[in-house]
Amino acid sequence: MNSSKPRRFRNGFVVPLAELPQLDYAIFSESLLAEVAADARIASYFGRPLADGLEIYAILAHDWNGKLSLLRTQVNGSFPSLTPMCPQLHLFERELSEQYGVRPDKHPWLKPVRFHKTWIDAADIWGRPHGKHPVPGDMEFYRVDGEEVHEVAVGPVHAGVIEPGHFRFQCHGEEVMHLEISLGYQHRGIEQMLIGGPHPSTIYLLETSAGDTTVGHATAYSQLLESLAGCEAPLRAQAIRALALELERLANHVGDIGALAGDIGFLPTASFCGRLRGDYLNLTAELCGSRFGRGLVRPGGVGFDLDGTFPQTFVERLKILKRETRGAIDLCFDAPSVLARFEGTGLVRTDDAEALGMVGVAARGCGLVRDARLHHPFGIWEGGFDTPIIELDGDVFARGNVRRREINASLELINQLLRGLPQGPISQPLGPLAADSLAVSLCEGWRGEVVHAAITDASGRIDRYKIVDPSFHNWSGLSMAMRGQQISDFPLCNKSFNLSYCGFDL
Amino acid sequence: MLTIIRERLRQGHRTGKYPKVEPILPERFRGLPQLAQNLTPQRCADAVASCPFAALSSNGGKLRLDLGRCLFCADCPAAADHAALAFSNDYRLATSRREDMLLDDNVYNVAERLNKSMRKLFGRSLKLRQVSAGGCNACEADLNVLSTLVFDLARFGIQFVASPRHADGIMVTGPVTENMKSALLDTYAAIPEPKLVIASGACAIAGGPYCDSPEAHQGIGDLLPVDLYIPGCPPHPYTALDGLLRMLGRIG
Repeated sequence: MNSSKPRRFRNGFVVPLAELPQLDYAIFSESLLAEVAADARIASYFGRPLADGLEIYAILAHDWNGKLSLLRTQVNGSFPSLTPMCPQLHLFERELSEQYGVRPDKHPWLKPVRFHKTWIDAADIWGRPHGKHPVPGDMEFYRVDGEEVHEVAVGPVHAGVIEPGHFRFQCHGEEVMHLEISLGYQHRGIEQMLIGGPHPSTIYLLETSAGDTTVGHATAYSQLLESLAGCEAPLRAQAIRALALELERLANHVGDIGALAGDIGFLPTASFCGRLRGDYLNLTAELCGSRFGRGLVRPGGVGFDLDGTFPQTFVERLKILKRETRGAIDLCFDAPSVLARFEGTGLVRTDDAEALGMVGVAARGCGLVRDARLHHPFGIWEGGFDTPIIELDGDVFARGNVRRREINASLELINQLLRGLPQGPISQPLGPLAADSLAVSLCEGWRGEVVHAAITDASGRIDRYKIVDPSFHNWSGLSMAMRGQQISDFPLCNKSFNLSYCGFDL
Repeated sequence: MLTIIRERLRQGHRTGKYPKVEPILPERFRGLPQLAQNLTPQRCADAVASCPFAALSSNGGKLRLDLGRCLFCADCPAAADHAALAFSNDYRLATSRREDMLLDDNVYNVAERLNKSMRKLFGRSLKLRQVSAGGCNACEADLNVLSTLVFDLARFGIQFVASPRHADGIMVTGPVTENMKSALLDTYAAIPEPKLVIASGACAIAGGPYCDSPEAHQGIGDLLPVDLYIPGCPPHPYTALDGLLRMLGRIG
């Protein structure tokens, strides 16, 4: 076999680019496919433009070994697509085409991802007019023809106070045969704005790459910079970050269960959870002044300490919240009318979830054990997290129940953290960043794994920064969940995933 | 059924007493900044240069803060390194005019009530269509919170509606990405006259952290006639509610 065994690293590694072999594309492909066929999945996959072509980096996660591996190659113009053999690459390859004008040959589904101009001076592979901004949603949608087959188009502006995106359903009566999702409306060009950094504005761009995952993205970024600077955040800072991540998980999970209940008209839980979600956000605000954790996580540590009476107040408030949260949520999960709506709705098979490379709550709801806190622990989680929560059924109930059980687990984790809060400083200054290096950092945000990767140039500035929000992997899962469902169940299915538009669009 | 009633009793009545009773915000909450007086020209210049989002400028040697651009950063270098300003706990930040957001002598003009005929139309019933145009979902999330039972927006006659045809105004979040511009303008056009425009959050006012993005506009100021500005990144729900009620003449 003509493949190369890639080197393996742990989460938070830094490797000088000179030590990374640049493989021939054929060897790169074969190695990547061999790794995926064995035990790996794609955590990140991105390009970096060179004077004479495009470098491609693949970051593979070997969950059960707690390792990441890296492959690098260079392409020019067009190259054979790997998507037919490895479907979880489908969006990553489309992204490369859109950003750098390269063509993965025989990609079964080669369409734009975010609708922006090419990042380098290269021709648009879809032949859209040069120099003009592409029109969002302007692409060939998958289409089913036949008697009584009709199409439903929704968005970009949706009915609620939510983000924009376009959904195209192919329906036969009420039944959805296929859903295609076209996003990009929230594209703000974050990755391009990070080049040449870290700038004073960089942390704010990352905190707002997905605003409901502020702590998740800021933690991934901070870990990355700390790795590049060759230092570690003080233990106390790591504990506060871990605590804030769990608070973020609590607020969002509680809100999501409330929203699920709201979508099926079970109003008591919807109302109670709406209030409780705010109470968890307020706890984060007690800590750092912002309900979304803005300003809390910073490279080198955290900006706010949990000192004085804080730990005690938190313990007391959480004790009350725990009782109220359980009461609100159990009400819904104990009601037969609710279960009748949740169970069997929006099924994703485990095999499909695996093939699509799904992560986080949605993957765990399909029986896949994927939790960066367990597999790729960083800092305080090293050996400290051993209870990933999975459900086997892959339906709305499973995704809801993963959340319900994670809420209980998060409350317990926070209590543990508060009891054993390490003493010491909360931040330390960062030195200069390693030059000509690649660093990768993973963090289990509330939706799933947040992966950041950065390549520095000869002066230690960021030359390429790649963000993978869990939503990037999971939107395709929502499409699969809708197959064979009634279109009226779309809001419920959508809510059970609750994916980020802006985290996808960047 | 009995379980539901029991749980309802246990959860208690949670709707806040606002606006009769002032909300208690966390001690570390960052609200209306207070500018330091009598800064030396050097300190003023240093403070101006330190803001990554150009919220600070020098007005004839005096420091001026544009609250529309301010993200209320926890590690604001002008506050931390140059002691040029400090954040107070005051959440009342919404204004009626863009220029009212320029703070230089610590007098801040909060939003005024609409004129009488507009108040007659909307004062007791205001339906809003919200459009997220490049927002990070934090602004959207904290607007959604207004509809929870804690704030219970509907008790003031204010509601978010699905159709622009049913709306009296549009509430925009996000810097207006190039990809959302046309959908935003279409939605605005679909709302019957007379209509209100509300810019909620630093992004919608002036581009926020995305003020330099080639993929985004600098908020809605150049695109739509704005009636109410709500600063913050994201604005606290009470900041938004305070602004809405002031505009309708329900408080202030």
